[in-house]
Amino acid sequence: MKPPPFEYYAPTTVEEAVAHLAEHGYDAKPLAGGQSLIPMMNFRLAQPAVLVDLNNIAELSFIRPGDEGGLSIGAMTRHQTVEKDALVAERAPLIDETMPQIATRQIRSRGTIGGSLAHADPSAELVSVSVVLDGKFRVVSQKGERWVPASEFFLGLFTSVLEPEELLAEISLPPLPDRSGWSLMEIARRPHDFCLIGVVALVTLDEEQNCKQARIAFLSAGDGPMQAQNAAKVLEGQPFTPEVIQEAAEVAVASDIDPSSDIHATADFRRHLANVLAQRALTQAFERAVGN
Amino acid sequence: MSDLFNLSLTVNGAAYERQVEPRLLLSDFLRQNLGLTGTHVGCEHGVCGACTILFDGEPARSCLIFAVQAHGHEVLTVEGMGTIDNLHPLQEAFWEAHGLQCGFCTPGFLTTLLPFLEENPDPSEEEIREAISGNLCRCTGYQHIVDAVKLAAEKMRT
Repeated sequence: MKPPPFEYYAPTTVEEAVAHLAEHGYDAKPLAGGQSLIPMMNFRLAQPAVLVDLNNIAELSFIRPGDEGGLSIGAMTRHQTVEKDALVAERAPLIDETMPQIATRQIRSRGTIGGSLAHADPSAELVSVSVVLDGKFRVVSQKGERWVPASEFFLGLFTSVLEPEELLAEISLPPLPDRSGWSLMEIARRPHDFCLIGVVALVTLDEEQNCKQARIAFLSAGDGPMQAQNAAKVLEGQPFTPEVIQEAAEVAVASDIDPSSDIHATADFRRHLANVLAQRALTQAFERAVGN
Repeated sequence: MSDLFNLSLTVNGAAYERQVEPRLLLSDFLRQNLGLTGTHVGCEHGVCGACTILFDGEPARSCLIFAVQAHGHEVLTVEGMGTIDNLHPLQEAFWEAHGLQCGFCTPGFLTTLLPFLEENPDPSEEEIREAISGNLCRCTGYQHIVDAVKLAAEKMRT
């Protein structure tokens, strides 16, 4: 299959890019790494009349220190660049651990962090990871810019708060709190394929090593990154005993997620996997937090 | 038909200039416009790996890049690796270890493995399987491909 014809612009500045988006509105799509949009165009599931290629906009590709130990990543920074970056490894170890798990090397060489987030695929690692890390996204348009917390950015299946004339420009991550540990676990039939289920956890301990805060989100478990707020409440103030972890996982599966059945797995099987994986991930996150 | 764009790029060390429609995929450009049919087109949605090329030295799916995006860039296809009379050691190893049957997936495996072996000259079996996880082969069951990569690593080290 081949994509239908489209008008093509390859601006070199954000200013030019948002001008094209403002002019063409719903007819236009920004083209980031193209690793999700081009397959959709090849199958004609997406038929944008205008493509605004962001690949020549140097100002959208950067990794730099953020405030107070945080990190700031330009939306057009390629997965592979993030994967190999020393500052990311130092300041955002969960992102560092996530990158090699995203798709395959041939995809990571082109795919971008902003493209993956704007695509808002509930099975994408970065979508749930950005929510758990409490990231913020800088969104720009001709009218100006706004900052959107990751937890409010994703509206549903492949849907975000981005308006047609807006561009995701930058991802800002706060520093990890002291005494915190993290985990990302996925189950897929083939390594690097879309996961049947996945879970991301970030736990912070108080001075008695009880749970001060837990942020948990599931991948492929609903229409968006499924934040496990009920499970987090079970954990807060409690010691990380196997019993508490098991209860949190059971609460998450019963009330925080909404997986569906498809050709790859039934909803029941996904719930089973989510339970097992959540217990493993919380255990790993806790063990790491103790060491930090 | 939409407007044509001027495209200048380097493929296998040679400079080319062509005019292309923006919707033309790099995979189709290589095959149809340049006649480099070594790059195979399988799934056209980034899953099978048959169309893998090196884009500025990095393995990438040529079916997920528009040709026009290669303007000013450097592409290496399987034709740039070796010739029939002078195969690349990686190609020799695939031949000797029976790393292919029908050969459809082979160019994608070779282009994926070339940078992998250059960066990791002595990979473990697990690392090899990880490296080829983005390439589908329906003939071999992968065992002979893994054997070929081990042999290639040996050849490339000496």
